[in-house]
Amino acid sequence: MSAVAHDLDHGHAHDHGHDGHEHHHKDTFITKYIFSIDHKMIAKQYLITGIIMGIIGVGMSLLFRMQLAWPEESFKVFSWFLGEKHAPGGVMTNDIYLALVTIHGTIMVFFVLTAGLSGTFSNLLIPLQIGARDMASGFLNMISYWLFFTSSVIMVISLFVEAGPASAGWTIYPPLSALPQAIPGSGAGMTLWLVSMAIFIASSLLGSLNYIVTVINLRTKGMSMTRLPLTIWAFFVTAIIGVVSFPVLLSAALLLIMDRSFGTSFFLSDIYIAGEVLHYQGGSPVLFEHLFWFLGHPEVYIVILPAMGLVSEIMATNSRKPIFGYRAMIMSILAIAFLSTIVWGHHMFLSGMNPFLGSVFTFTTLLIAIPSAVKAFNWITTIWKGNIQMNTAMLFAIGFVSTFITGGLTGIILGDSTLDINVHDTYFVVAHFHLVMGISALYGMFAGIYHWYPRMFGRMLNKNLGYIHFWVTAICAYGVFFPMHFIGMAGLPRRYYTNTAFPLFDDLQDVNVLITVFALVGGAFQLVFLFNFFYSMFYGKKSVQNPWRATTLEWTAPVEHIHGNWPGEIPTVHRWAYDYSKPGHDDDFVPQDVPMKPGEEVLNH
Amino acid sequence: MTSLLVIIVLVLLAIAIWQLTKIFDLTQIGSGTASDNSEIATDRDNNIQGYLMFGFLAFIYIITIFCVVEYGSLPLISDSASEHGEQVDNLMVLTLWIIFIVQTITQALLHYFSFKYRGKQGKVALYFADNDRLEFIWSVIPAIVLAGLILYGLFAWTNIMYVDEDENPIVVEVYAKQFSWEVRYSGKDNVLGKANVRYIEGTNTLGVDMSDAHSQDDITASELHIPKGKKVLFKLRSQDVLHSFYLPHFRAQMNCVPGMVTQFAFVPKFTTEEMRNRPGMPEKVAKINDLRAKRSKELIVAGKEGLDPYTFDYVLLCNKICGTSHYNMQMKVVVHEPADYERWLSEQKTMAQKMQEEKAADAPADAPAQAKDSAGAMAAVAPKEIALAN
Repeated sequence: MSAVAHDLDHGHAHDHGHDGHEHHHKDTFITKYIFSIDHKMIAKQYLITGIIMGIIGVGMSLLFRMQLAWPEESFKVFSWFLGEKHAPGGVMTNDIYLALVTIHGTIMVFFVLTAGLSGTFSNLLIPLQIGARDMASGFLNMISYWLFFTSSVIMVISLFVEAGPASAGWTIYPPLSALPQAIPGSGAGMTLWLVSMAIFIASSLLGSLNYIVTVINLRTKGMSMTRLPLTIWAFFVTAIIGVVSFPVLLSAALLLIMDRSFGTSFFLSDIYIAGEVLHYQGGSPVLFEHLFWFLGHPEVYIVILPAMGLVSEIMATNSRKPIFGYRAMIMSILAIAFLSTIVWGHHMFLSGMNPFLGSVFTFTTLLIAIPSAVKAFNWITTIWKGNIQMNTAMLFAIGFVSTFITGGLTGIILGDSTLDINVHDTYFVVAHFHLVMGISALYGMFAGIYHWYPRMFGRMLNKNLGYIHFWVTAICAYGVFFPMHFIGMAGLPRRYYTNTAFPLFDDLQDVNVLITVFALVGGAFQLVFLFNFFYSMFYGKKSVQNPWRATTLEWTAPVEHIHGNWPGEIPTVHRWAYDYSKPGHDDDFVPQDVPMKPGEEVLNH
Repeated sequence: MTSLLVIIVLVLLAIAIWQLTKIFDLTQIGSGTASDNSEIATDRDNNIQGYLMFGFLAFIYIITIFCVVEYGSLPLISDSASEHGEQVDNLMVLTLWIIFIVQTITQALLHYFSFKYRGKQGKVALYFADNDRLEFIWSVIPAIVLAGLILYGLFAWTNIMYVDEDENPIVVEVYAKQFSWEVRYSGKDNVLGKANVRYIEGTNTLGVDMSDAHSQDDITASELHIPKGKKVLFKLRSQDVLHSFYLPHFRAQMNCVPGMVTQFAFVPKFTTEEMRNRPGMPEKVAKINDLRAKRSKELIVAGKEGLDPYTFDYVLLCNKICGTSHYNMQMKVVVHEPADYERWLSEQKTMAQKMQEEKAADAPADAPAQAKDSAGAMAAVAPKEIALAN
């Protein structure tokens, strides 16, 4: 309804639309920048919150990488960031090590790669690329952002509680997460973690429902589902997976809160700790694992699908070629989405569940490799015989395909229950998921930022800083995670504060030093990006309307932001999103709102 | 002082980057193309970045070769110390080869295409949107390869996980708690007595129900001793949080779950002594000892305690985050020749004997009433017991 209202509004109001900022509604600072209901502003809010959380998350990883390379040595930075309590004399304690690992995982997975990536680009691109004035409900969209903001604040606050933040791993398996006797972080820190996540889930659900409704209802005239850019397909399907799986995590979190605070026994049974038997009886931690991973696994696709969508779009635009196999790409997104909800058990092969289930989950898990392979080959074919424009976004998109392949292939090992026996919970897993969903999704996010920055801020990012950022990041990412496979296969467990308790692992120490050096350099060069991002916002070169000569609708809207996106009529769509280098046209791209020429061939793509 | 240095380094780094971009910018000026300053890639950028992409392919290959040469001996993918481990290793090596081949080819295509088809003004890309045959090929080939891997994997998995109790495996309980392990042997009857955390008291740290007849001959130990060539069925329990029973050399792992008994079985193939002399092992240990000697010297100079030299032993690790000392939850594992194992086992006292001794030791000191008390307490909890079937 509100979108219709905007429509009418703009029908009358566009004649004084020369200054988009003062456009209408008498925007005050508060309604424009803070409690905005404009999807473009909300996208920027998500992005900047995500970047701030990203700085915290990545910073934490650098701290614990230093501890792993030079165990129990004293560093000034530890004293600065962790304080005397958690780093007496500059030596990191084992408590805070686990806390850092836990919060790093939580922040990166949920706050950066779910909200920061999907939240930013779904908000920015869904209305603009489908030709809508705004989201179906701008108000819910605003609420969704502010819930996300609240949950971020609570998560950050939890870092400062007396006994330390949650430190049971980002998977918060009970009983460790349920019993403050088991680990100090399972006191107030864990409570705040759960509250923060509950609010986060509410935010994510409101956002997702909005995306789904918007894509279904507000597509402009001519924008059939099979003319949607792949970005929109990815966001749409991601939102569906989110709606299906996030409530299950909420239920797990609520049951855990009850176990912790109200004496129920959903996940706890037969526990003797700190010299006494607890009253819990009949629950099972395995139940929690099922509930957690029913979200947890789709979650990795919630992270990676939007990145895939962005990369598909950027690859086609910069290769000046249609995306190869458009329908196959949609089918593989749908297949991945479906399969993602029935593979969660591969995190639990060794949890004590029935081995028969292990067989079933091995089967479903390895099936996912097929649509993933189709996507990878389609991307490679997309750049084949292209006219590749090496913009920074394109570099990150190519980097994405590279790390997605490298990280994805080792999934064949981890998805196979037999092979999982010996590499489960080792650094092999850490290497695998960081490449395939961590680094890849970050590359997708960077690609998206470099590509749509002109759309968001009306200015261009400096390309040379972008090139430096990409190449150092690309080399360091492999430098960190490639050797990590080897120490994982040597049997080195993850989440160990130090490996010095096992002389067996002494010969892995130099590998750990190498990894940490790459991590520190890679981390430091993210400052280049941050500088570029914030500097260009004010001093970057002014962008033209369609700098990348792309076909999609967001580039038909004026550079100046106006609430409602297009000053006049919303554009009508006449063709699919990938008419790049189509024979018979003067330009090497044909925007979607250009009518078909008489007799122009319609491909059955 | 250190902080000042750090700040100086950061500032210099920032200046270096700034200068670098300046140089980049300057090189752009003479290059002739009109849209120099637009922050959009020019032909020159395409060219440089295209070559760098090709260089990156070289980097991926080099880091692969470097890791294989330098770290290739680290992975536990050969010479498994258990019988089923051979199957795991074979499948692992096969999978690694497939991954290696696919990785080498796809990365080459990706980066070579990026280089080969780097943009140039006036070049026209091929309008190529679809090809059913290609899609078919790269759906079917992975499907066939994966089908093979799945079948192999599932056979191996079934083989490993389904324990045939008729084979009469030796039943051993491994008990996990923050942050140590304990072992309970099932004794002559090869049946573990019932147990529950509610029975934990005094030396009965595993909560064994001593009223169960099967418990009497059970034997507890703080090291895991097992015989070579016999199937050992491990029954796993935890008293507090999740732990994971991880024996990397035996390719064995299973979580220990409070409130539940999980299991894993395998046949050890080499005794500890044999494993110490397997090809590659003496070299590995020597290398570790070199490193330790060096480190030890540094520590002693710093006024700390030195390190002991390392001899190889099988070790049981905890591999599920379980608390602050998770990183040091370990137990030595010894594999004997069967005869030596029998001898070792016969030297151990049964739980019944140990309790008797404990009672005898307590009796003169404490009043007999106390013994009665604890017996009464035991009886009171008994009805609440949840039988842990073994």
